Amino acid sequence: MARKVVITGLGATTPIGGDVPTMWKNALIGVSGAHTLEDEWVAKYELPVHFAARCSTPALDVLSRVEAKRMDPSTQFGVIAAREAWADSGITEIDHDRLAVAFATGIGGVWTLLDAWDTLKEKGPRRVLPMTVPMLMPNGVAAAVSLDLGARAGAHTPVSACASGTEALHLGLDLIRSGRADVVMCGGAEAAIHPMPLAAFSSMQALSRRNDDPEHASRPYDIDRDGFVMGEGAGALVLEAEEHALARGARIYAELAGTSVTADAYHITAPDPQGLGATRALKAAMFDGRIQAEDVVHVNAHATSTPVGDKPEYTALRAALGAHVDNVAVSATKSQMGHLLGASGAVEAVLTVLAVYERKAPLTINLENQDPEIPLDVVTTARDLPAGDIVALSNSFGFGGHNAVIAVRNV
Amino acid sequence: MASNEEILAGLAEIVNEETGLATESVELDKSFTEDLDIDSISMMTIVVNAEEKFGVRIPDEEVKNLKTVGDAVIFIANAQA
Repeated sequence: MARKVVITGLGATTPIGGDVPTMWKNALIGVSGAHTLEDEWVAKYELPVHFAARCSTPALDVLSRVEAKRMDPSTQFGVIAAREAWADSGITEIDHDRLAVAFATGIGGVWTLLDAWDTLKEKGPRRVLPMTVPMLMPNGVAAAVSLDLGARAGAHTPVSACASGTEALHLGLDLIRSGRADVVMCGGAEAAIHPMPLAAFSSMQALSRRNDDPEHASRPYDIDRDGFVMGEGAGALVLEAEEHALARGARIYAELAGTSVTADAYHITAPDPQGLGATRALKAAMFDGRIQAEDVVHVNAHATSTPVGDKPEYTALRAALGAHVDNVAVSATKSQMGHLLGASGAVEAVLTVLAVYERKAPLTINLENQDPEIPLDVVTTARDLPAGDIVALSNSFGFGGHNAVIAVRNV
Repeated sequence: MASNEEILAGLAEIVNEETGLATESVELDKSFTEDLDIDSISMMTIVVNAEEKFGVRIPDEEVKNLKTVGDAVIFIANAQA
């Protein structure tokens, strides 16, 4: 029998709240974190997209200036979320050799990299700061969180584009089940609202161009969806071996019952139109958690609001859950906060855990005309989840054909 | 060119910007590593910022000789002369 793994701490900084209580309150009301960008570079580079979903609380409102100087913005968000999750867990004493970190990012220190390139071109190599390499490396966030907590059982950085945050939880579960750690700080962080990524995602026609109406641009499952909205931020979850949590009398939010990762091996960016990789991931996570389709009451969908992405996820959900999919309350929370790329899976995991713990599903906004080819039961108004034993799933899919799924069960 | 007092004040601002240490704590006899707890990466950042501020060049091989704040002030003053 594998060790049971539970979730005992939550943290987040997102476009709809700079901490978990604020984010959760807004997620149940239904707000948009997307706004017009006021930066001079939008006009300077004639970017085709003029808006994004910035974190509602700037990192410098939380971290000291000196602390922030040594961190890329993505790492700043990660450390903020991890500190909140750690405080929330209530852990005061721990064997630091048994504490690990699995903190993901999709892109890593893109601001640091491109700022350093600008400095090199404008001022020469002498002015490129000595902290540039540790700030731009994708493992920078895991390393910073490890330093901050004194986590010495390994600091890992899963990188699988927009599946990264969910894959961090998959790795965290493995670390505890295999006995290599008792507690793992899992999460994901991203800060890529920079003109270059915006230009690059625009080039591939992935971003919404609804420049005149940013708040209504992210509209998963709507017939008029035209792309995702770039978001930023971080989510963090404290995973803990159940016996470790019980021994210290911890407040337990939920069990991380099962996880999975699969690869499409179909196309570098396009999802398999049949959703085969996603279906295998869903089935594998359910098998891992000994979950029957009928146990599942809620799904936090990947649902980015792209024309091509939302439908194969529906196909996969129907393939994995069968006719029961019609009874499942589906939330597409990117409608509110945009797409946090490598952080999205971690933030959506926080929402999924809270959905199970509070028995309330977060809202999907901007769904005006549901795509008839995606007949899911989408949560658009306040919805309670049922009493009794329940399971919720959260999906994440990333460029490269990465599919990751977690299954969360009440305790 | 700046006086030694002006160089000290300028260095103190650079150290404060990099480390958060109070400018008053940056005194001539203080060791960068022993007293101010400045690591090698921060030291290089301070050096590069000092080069820009004072219009001098501090060669990499010289940096290890700048043990105290006073060493740096004297080096910068001589380099400006």
